[in-house]
Amino acid sequence: MMNKQVRQLLAQYGSLPAALEDLGNDADLYAAGLSSHGSVQLMLALEDTFDVEFPDNLLNRKTFASISAIEAAVNGLVGERDAA
Amino acid sequence: MDMQTSSLLDRLFSAGLLIDTGVDGLYGRSGAFEDVITRFERLIDRFGGDDNPEAIRFPPGMNRAHFEGSGYMKSFPQLAGTIHSFCGCELDHVNLLQCMTDGEDWTTEQKATDIVLTPAACYPLYPTIAKRGALPAGGGLFDLQSYCFRHEPSKDPARMQLFRMREYVRMGKPADVMAFREDWMQRGTKLMEQVGLPVEIDVANDPFFGRAGKMYKNNQRSQNLKFELLIPINSVASPTACMSFNYHQDHFGKTWDLKTEDDETAHTACVGFGLERIALALFHHHGLDSGEWPETVRQALWG
Repeated sequence: MMNKQVRQLLAQYGSLPAALEDLGNDADLYAAGLSSHGSVQLMLALEDTFDVEFPDNLLNRKTFASISAIEAAVNGLVGERDAA
Repeated sequence: MDMQTSSLLDRLFSAGLLIDTGVDGLYGRSGAFEDVITRFERLIDRFGGDDNPEAIRFPPGMNRAHFEGSGYMKSFPQLAGTIHSFCGCELDHVNLLQCMTDGEDWTTEQKATDIVLTPAACYPLYPTIAKRGALPAGGGLFDLQSYCFRHEPSKDPARMQLFRMREYVRMGKPADVMAFREDWMQRGTKLMEQVGLPVEIDVANDPFFGRAGKMYKNNQRSQNLKFELLIPINSVASPTACMSFNYHQDHFGKTWDLKTEDDETAHTACVGFGLERIALALFHHHGLDSGEWPETVRQALWG
């Protein structure tokens, strides 16, 4: 479910030149063409969709390096939000 | 604002080096101040001239379409300055004068012109060079200087709203562009040594706007895309950036469809000198009377 949504947002906001279906969950998104601007757009879309806010310490390249990394970060934030 | 900062500005006013206009960050310059900048630019020429850059001088305003295409508003909306003019009829003029007489805001009906104040000396360059077609073999090297505008009023004389930036810009293959930047980090240090200024070079980021900006800043730092040459002016603890060394990767290449001779997207880098900041550093370190500066410094600048 989360994986599908992340992939959807990535397709919509990431401006990747390659087709997402061919991209593994651990594939390097920067190598696949994710730009700095694309990662910012994606970050804002993830916040909107999952009703979370990325804290400053997650606003870096590592957080958005792969689909798995993004899922892990968003899962963590959703968990924190629901626990609060 | 700490006491030290306001006193440096006051001392510059008292010495007549800078002239108060009533707006923070907008100053007149004396002949002595300008002479230092002229001489320093000649020193820059001695370090960079042998590379045979193509010199281009743009006025401090740029084509609004080029400004819009550059993406500047995505990153630095808070710093941009647009030029607006009166475009109305005679009745609008009467109303405008009435507003001024009544002390009301007469600027609301001003319309945006096709000109935007140049935010960095190299911004007009990329679309200009892209228009020529693919770069020649070996890429391109350019020598620029322009007044630049950034809307950030401050009493810190090292943070002016209108200031001059001298730049060398390299366009071409990634390795060539990165070698250019590396080379200038060493040249910059040597150059400042010749005029007796203490320097350090550190990784840096641009003042990107908002939360998205936080991410741009972190990305820029983690990829070592920007370095600054820092010199203490107002404070030893937080020295002032007097030069910057920027690797844009393929950002401007992609933005303007700028190609290398073998049809790859060009990479670009620039090295910038903050001319007023360097003059301020010289006055701060060697005294407000340039005639009394150490002989070695005078020799380097006046020969």
